[in-house]
Amino acid sequence: MEKQNQKGWLYLLPALLFLGIFMVYPLFDVFVYSFEEGYNSASQTFYGIGGYNYSYVLHDAYFLQALKNTFILVIITVPLSTGLALLISVALSSVKPLRELFQTIFFLPYVTNTLAVGLVFMILFKKTPYSDGLMNLLINCFGGSSVDFIEGPYWAKMFVLCFYTVWIVMPFKILILTSALAGVNPVYYNAAMVDGTGRVRMFFKITLPMISPMLFYLVITGFIGAFKAYSDAVALFGTNLNAAGMNTIVGYVYDMLYRDGGGYPSYASAAAIILFAIVLTITCINLLVSRKHVHYH
Amino acid sequence: MKVVLSHLTKTFPGRGRGSKKKEDVVAVNDFTFEIPDGRLVGLLGPSGCGKSTTLNLICGLQKPTEGQIFFDGEDVTQLSPQKRGVGMVFQNYALYPHLNVEQNIRFPLENLKGPEKLTKEQMRTRVEEATNLVQLGDLLDRKPAELSGGQQQRVAIARALVKLPRVLLLDEPLSNLDARLRLQTREEIRRIQKKTGVTTIFVTHDQDEAMSISDLIVVMKDGVVQQIGKPQGVYDNPSNLFVAKFLGTPPINLFDGRVQDGALLIGGEKVLTLKNVPDQAVYAGVRPEGFTLSENGPFTCRLSRPEVMGRDVSIVSTHPASQNPVVRSIVDAESCEHLSGDTVRFSLNPRKVFLFTKDTEARIPFESV
Amino acid sequence: MKKNRALTILIYMFLSLWALIVLFPFYWMILTSVKDYGAYNAEYIPKFITLSPTLQNYADAFTTVPLGKYLLNTLIFTVITTALMLLVITLAAFAFARLRFAGRDLVFTLFLALMMIPTELVVITNFTTITNLELRNTFTGLILPSVTSVFYIYLLRENFAQIPDELYYAAKVDGTSDLKYLRRVMIPICRPTLVTITILKIIECWNSFVWPRLITDDADYYLVSNGIQEIRENGFGRANIPAMMAAVVVISLPLILLFLLFRKQIMSGVARGGTKG
Repeated sequence: MEKQNQKGWLYLLPALLFLGIFMVYPLFDVFVYSFEEGYNSASQTFYGIGGYNYSYVLHDAYFLQALKNTFILVIITVPLSTGLALLISVALSSVKPLRELFQTIFFLPYVTNTLAVGLVFMILFKKTPYSDGLMNLLINCFGGSSVDFIEGPYWAKMFVLCFYTVWIVMPFKILILTSALAGVNPVYYNAAMVDGTGRVRMFFKITLPMISPMLFYLVITGFIGAFKAYSDAVALFGTNLNAAGMNTIVGYVYDMLYRDGGGYPSYASAAAIILFAIVLTITCINLLVSRKHVHYH
Repeated sequence: MKVVLSHLTKTFPGRGRGSKKKEDVVAVNDFTFEIPDGRLVGLLGPSGCGKSTTLNLICGLQKPTEGQIFFDGEDVTQLSPQKRGVGMVFQNYALYPHLNVEQNIRFPLENLKGPEKLTKEQMRTRVEEATNLVQLGDLLDRKPAELSGGQQQRVAIARALVKLPRVLLLDEPLSNLDARLRLQTREEIRRIQKKTGVTTIFVTHDQDEAMSISDLIVVMKDGVVQQIGKPQGVYDNPSNLFVAKFLGTPPINLFDGRVQDGALLIGGEKVLTLKNVPDQAVYAGVRPEGFTLSENGPFTCRLSRPEVMGRDVSIVSTHPASQNPVVRSIVDAESCEHLSGDTVRFSLNPRKVFLFTKDTEARIPFESV
Repeated sequence: MKKNRALTILIYMFLSLWALIVLFPFYWMILTSVKDYGAYNAEYIPKFITLSPTLQNYADAFTTVPLGKYLLNTLIFTVITTALMLLVITLAAFAFARLRFAGRDLVFTLFLALMMIPTELVVITNFTTITNLELRNTFTGLILPSVTSVFYIYLLRENFAQIPDELYYAAKVDGTSDLKYLRRVMIPICRPTLVTITILKIIECWNSFVWPRLITDDADYYLVSNGIQEIRENGFGRANIPAMMAAVVVISLPLILLFLLFRKQIMSGVARGGTKG
């Protein structure tokens, strides 16, 4: 028995070691950091313990900007992408020829490098002295005037960010929803048909409740993912997100940690914990709401 | 309501690719039948015989390739299921798992539109009537997952009946229940059908089930109707070898035989004298209850063992001409008190003996002398 | 029936529209990458086709900026990380699924709890740890924090646990050691899951951006994501879009090929619970 014990722990050792150093220890450490006031990363000293870091972060204009950007991004992209994915998945499930081709195409953004393809979006939307860019061409076609989506007005930039974010997250949602739809036993549709249920009612009364657990899973992961947005913004607006006014909370954390104004792990920790608290709260609210509306079976 | 099926045929395109493309599969072949109003009809046959397809055609979930369906003279062949006014109980009940019992039963009523639309109060009454009918009173708040198989079955029946359908269809209604519940539930179906008087068609592969509760049974094989009739009539008078073999427990005993000079010969023994049958090789089927122990009987078997069943005794024996491994006969317990030795002799009741041709397996009528 | 037909056409139009939105950026990046630099800059209204495609931009992408170096770095990083991770998670999953030892279930529960911890929370300390170990701008520093994944351990353990116990006892009777049993029986049986995990990890490594960005500031150690960012900000000069797009094509191509080859495994793997990043 003793030998069995040793063996078990031996097999686990590498995983435990790595998780201990790079996950468990940092988890506690981040809280410690966030309460150490005036931490200096060069000398590794600090003045005292307290909530100053939080108060600093919460009063930092850059953080507030990042908070605002992130919330706008979340509020727009989560419902939009989930709804659109549902629409596309239902459409996909209702046709047979070419379905696999469409599924393959729709999945492509999942395997692309966010940073690299972001550059394509940038040149599609950017207005330069040489050219107004393709999107502006399209806008001109409909009689609008050109806007610089990358370095122009705030809402134009936010539009591109949301657009790109939706483009990036769609494959996952479409995939999950199409397999959820395929998982609904057709006998329920037959039963409903015999009972004289119309198309629309069938969707809302049968299909939607049946896939509600998956839909809810997507909403939760969607919220978490959108709150952690960062790479998409960098891809579009470059690494200096504060200057572009398009920073996100995660971006703020990394900037505090490392970028030009960096070297403040305490502020970064405080911001990361604030983010975590927000995500936790939203997830809990989601769970409470879902109790009423999600049907597990 | 009277249901008429006229030359109903359903073919499915064959599966397979390229040069190996298979021929179309005929699931139902030229089915013509008139179901009188208010009867309980059992569609009976082995799996893959087309009985479920027939049910789906009547229900409207599938459209026939050829032929027509009439409900009380109205041609409903091209109507969608919701416009036919049928109620259906699916094999796995298909209760909506996210709705409770009451919501499940009310669901079809909420679909009604236009002049048929019901008020909340009317719905409540109808749901109540349906639940009372199937005796579900105190389970209304439960979700389907919290119910036993038998209870789910009753919810499914209530849901099918609540909209007062013209025809009630049941697909293998008892197959998901355990043996004890099965007996109970089939009586229940019979009771409900008698009470509502709704024309009911149910599908089963279990001949016991069909025989015990149906007014009429339809025996099917490979998409073709073999025989239609009252259960006892079909049992007593099977039209071909398949029907004779399919009905009855224990199953019919089958022998290789010959008709020669007005006599039926089995294994060289002359077991019956007949009239009006030309000489030929035949299959002879003898129902288990067609044997009578008789010391001088013409039919000799090797005795294996008697199996006591209470009032009756099942005698298990073997015979060289038998198509089955053993010959089973059911006799009075008293008559076999002095059963002994290696052999057992029977005489046969001609009304329980059926002859079939070797090629078409059709019934050969005969008169015994 | 007629109404149904119209609906079907509408559905296909809708699906095609989204397919267009998905595919267009890919088309545009390939198109731009083969446009001549001068011609591209002369287009005030962008052209949808080019009649004189050139591969000059690809040559530029490899000579003017160290794109080849970035690709090589990413390849090294991806291969080593994935290999190490497979080793670590296989051993751990085996321990959880097959071996009996005191505290196993407790540890497994704690592992599951770790799945909820976002990387953003731990990255700060990891950054300090790696810096203090003077491992910045080294492959070791890049690789170490990504060689375990609680989620993949969980996925593999579930798969291992489905293998009937009888096989293990039979192997024990034959005198097979645990390690040999793992190698000869469990790994072959669970190969599909391992392949899926490998591919998903490769995708994750190839696209990783945040950690490499924190831990490398020497261009010799840039991975493709940081490389492309570097190219954008300091590379060809901001105006040479065609060369930039050539680099984007080169970076995107390996994963797209991988996807087309392993489409089924990737999609079913992701459907089983992968999330982006």
